[in-house]
Amino acid sequence: MGTVITKIPWGVLLILLPLMGGMACFLWPRIAKILGLVLTFVGVLSVVGLGWQIMSNGVYHHAVGGWGAPLGINLYADGLSLLMLAITALVGFGISVYSSGYFERQHSTRFWPLWLLVLAALNALFLSNDIFNLYVTLEVMGLAAVALAALTGSRDALSGAMRYLLANLLGSLSYLFGVALLYHGFGSVDITTLAVQVKGSPTTWAALGLIGAGLVLKTALFPLHFWLPPAHASAPAPVSALLSALVVKASFYILLRLWLEIFGPLGGDVDTLFGVLGAVAVLWGSLQALRQTRLKLLVAYSTVAQIGYLFLAFPLAMSAGVMAWNAAVYLALSHALAKAAMFLATGNMLRFGGHDRIADLDRVVQRLPLTATAFALAGVSIMGLPPSGGFIGKWLLLEVALAQGQWGLVVIIVLGGLLAAGYVFKVLGQAFTQAAVMHESRAVPASMEWAALLLAFGAILLGFLATPVLSLVGIGSPFGAHEVMP
Amino acid sequence: MNWNAWIPLLVVASSLLPGLVIFSLAEERVRLRSTLNLAGALVKLALVGWMLWGVYHGRHYETRLALLPDLELVLRAGPLSLLFVTLSSVLWLVTTVYAIGYLEGSPHRSRFFGFFSLCVSATVGVALSGNLISFLLFYELLTLSTYPLIVHRGTEVARRAGHSYLVYTIFGGALLLLGTVWLYTLTGTLEFTPQGFLNSLGEEHHPALIVIFALMIAGLGVKAALVPLHGWLPQAMVAPAPVSALLHAVAVVKAGVFGIVRVVYEVFGVSFAAELGVTGPLAWLAATTIIYGSLRALFQDDLKRRLAFCTVSQLSYIVLGVAIAGPIATIGGVVHLVHQGLMKIALFFCAGNLAETLGIHKVSEMNGVGRRMPWTMAAFTIGAFGMMGAPPIAGFISKWYLGLGALEAGQEWVILVLAGSSLLNAAYFLPILHRAWFQEPPETWPEERKFGRKETAWALLLPPVITALMALGAGMLASAPFSPLGWAQLIAQREFYQP
Repeated sequence: MGTVITKIPWGVLLILLPLMGGMACFLWPRIAKILGLVLTFVGVLSVVGLGWQIMSNGVYHHAVGGWGAPLGINLYADGLSLLMLAITALVGFGISVYSSGYFERQHSTRFWPLWLLVLAALNALFLSNDIFNLYVTLEVMGLAAVALAALTGSRDALSGAMRYLLANLLGSLSYLFGVALLYHGFGSVDITTLAVQVKGSPTTWAALGLIGAGLVLKTALFPLHFWLPPAHASAPAPVSALLSALVVKASFYILLRLWLEIFGPLGGDVDTLFGVLGAVAVLWGSLQALRQTRLKLLVAYSTVAQIGYLFLAFPLAMSAGVMAWNAAVYLALSHALAKAAMFLATGNMLRFGGHDRIADLDRVVQRLPLTATAFALAGVSIMGLPPSGGFIGKWLLLEVALAQGQWGLVVIIVLGGLLAAGYVFKVLGQAFTQAAVMHESRAVPASMEWAALLLAFGAILLGFLATPVLSLVGIGSPFGAHEVMP
Repeated sequence: MNWNAWIPLLVVASSLLPGLVIFSLAEERVRLRSTLNLAGALVKLALVGWMLWGVYHGRHYETRLALLPDLELVLRAGPLSLLFVTLSSVLWLVTTVYAIGYLEGSPHRSRFFGFFSLCVSATVGVALSGNLISFLLFYELLTLSTYPLIVHRGTEVARRAGHSYLVYTIFGGALLLLGTVWLYTLTGTLEFTPQGFLNSLGEEHHPALIVIFALMIAGLGVKAALVPLHGWLPQAMVAPAPVSALLHAVAVVKAGVFGIVRVVYEVFGVSFAAELGVTGPLAWLAATTIIYGSLRALFQDDLKRRLAFCTVSQLSYIVLGVAIAGPIATIGGVVHLVHQGLMKIALFFCAGNLAETLGIHKVSEMNGVGRRMPWTMAAFTIGAFGMMGAPPIAGFISKWYLGLGALEAGQEWVILVLAGSSLLNAAYFLPILHRAWFQEPPETWPEERKFGRKETAWALLLPPVITALMALGAGMLASAPFSPLGWAQLIAQREFYQP
């Protein structure tokens, strides 16, 4: 049994199945929904299989078609990739279940092929170990995501998607230039090879600038976040969840990988810059979220703030690498679950009440207790209150910041949590007011309520799984072996 | 299989699980809901009794679950934990009976009882926490689970009260988190230890430790309603009476005070804290709160608000007992944790009865109410005399030990504070009693409900009478082996005299 599981090339399946599935959905729209559900569930099983493989054999390598680097394509998965794949599979399955109830027939036939394409691109991205493949996957994911954001064809959606498209193209272009420079300078696109060869030369610095700027734009770090709120807020609910939970994490993941392997060791003050921008993002995003009168925009700005937290790890990682990166990864994972749950819950309220004006949400929130619970639990994780994954991430980050005496960052981390409490309770406060029911409501299927609730439970559960998760991420020591403790 | 390792977790689960089930129940399943609630409360009480018996015979009950690579979620039944956990589970049972009677026929009861159970689970978790991170976890859980109870009625006033509660407590929680993480980076451990775990730290860390102490006391002081962090408490009075009763006697405010007790005795260690020079300011803060709370109570006409300011004042007796930093004052402070709970819960039950049965909310409406509701007002009278510190009620024992402790520690000024506060207590309780017993009742009550020949429903009448009798018993039987005083002496002995 065990040997069979370790022999199947799970990594290849993770890419091929959704890719083929997406095409099949396009060709046979009738079975699109059922095929999408089955394939995303198989995705969860494949990640479990891959995890089994990695835990028994160590880091996963697969030379596609028998041709390894530098000529062919290598698939590579260590603990970090595995966790990203796992969160993608879980959130992806939740989104699929939700979407099966969400979309009308006409939109459904467009949604499933694109969604499976994004999933294939995400999985391929987390399994890549060369910067050109990363470009390809990033581009496929980005274009499919833009199409998804424009799915409903409404005016808001089209203008949001247009901005998103431009930001995406600009980001990819910048990244591609960087890749070209590195290839020209060092003759390879394989990350492991580059890690050995790259030296601090003008070419490298130019490549760093281009790649960094491109990825930061795609990750929507302040002040390059301008495209995110309109795009995420105008997309259909499952798409918003997908964009906020997974797509922005993908470009962050690339940045993190390249930083760890290639650019980090070169030094320079880029990490301080990332830290400052992250801090401003936490404050700016939270304040903007607090100001919003529309729920979807509030949740979208909250994403801007939470992305800021991820970048706070860069300056802290200089002397406490493993712990700071652990914190960032934990925050990324719990944000993926919590924010997906939050967008899905928002979608339920929007559907039930027909609007998302926060001030008038009371009648809606009270009649959807499961959805309100999902929003509340996700909110607990976003605020970083215990017990939740967000709390663990915040605790780790705070611990590193305090140990290094980085008081500015300490203040930002605490303040960000307080502001988050402000905007989460702005919504939750509505759940307890006395309001008469006076509008025509549209029923929300149970699958949509439960998808949101279970993802939110996941974010809470992550608060009790720190030990196994952090030992998983250590497989193949993506953050370097040296643990620096104060 | 070692069952002892699971009992503390079961104590928390015995209210958590019924609570989660209750959320999913339909509004009209009254009987099932009440059964679940009472069964949970009884199971919890039985488990706590089992632990008391076991600890008395030298057994250890400890649950450890991994939380972070080097930090665990620890639930442990030490003497201090047991004191608080016993108080919480006894009063939960009584309050559940009261709440079932009080909320009969009102909307959103499944939601109410669900959060009520969560709130008690969090309180019990606070009591049993064996290290600071577990404490923090349950402390925040308590903040979150109490909010829906405060805004339960859904009126504009309730919403504002809930908002103010959240602003205070979330801010306090952030300060506590900061202090805790900072401490952890200095020590690498957060385990509660008798006599503290900090005295091995070098001299150079002392300024940082003073700041950490201030952060933690500020964070805990919000819930303990230390002046000037008490603003949320009088506003939170809009909550239904059972919530106010539980809030003021065990759940929220006690979690804050209990946290201060833990931090002073089992994180810093009381002698080390005195050496740092932080207990003096804390004592002054407590004294200010005692006098300020009493003065404000004097001018409230709203009965529940008057009781709320009385709580502000009485809670700081506990903090004062801790901050005097002597063994006898410790006994006085720790035992008041229980005594104040018993007396205050009785008083709030009575206030709820007056509001529910006669529609009385103000002190000025209470003329002659003793003739209409003699049992309720008898319980109220016992509670009020206890608060003033009249023997043989429990409050007297606390004040006696506090006074003795202050003299022993050479801090005579405390006697002045105690005497002044007792005078003020009398000044705001005696007029109420005079009105109730010696004034003529009015022709009609504001909003009267009839209960046949009884003065009010059984479920509303028994809880105040029982808790008042417990307050009387705790005072009269103070020297019995299992009395609160006995446990408090054990705790003080462990803190001061064991090597």
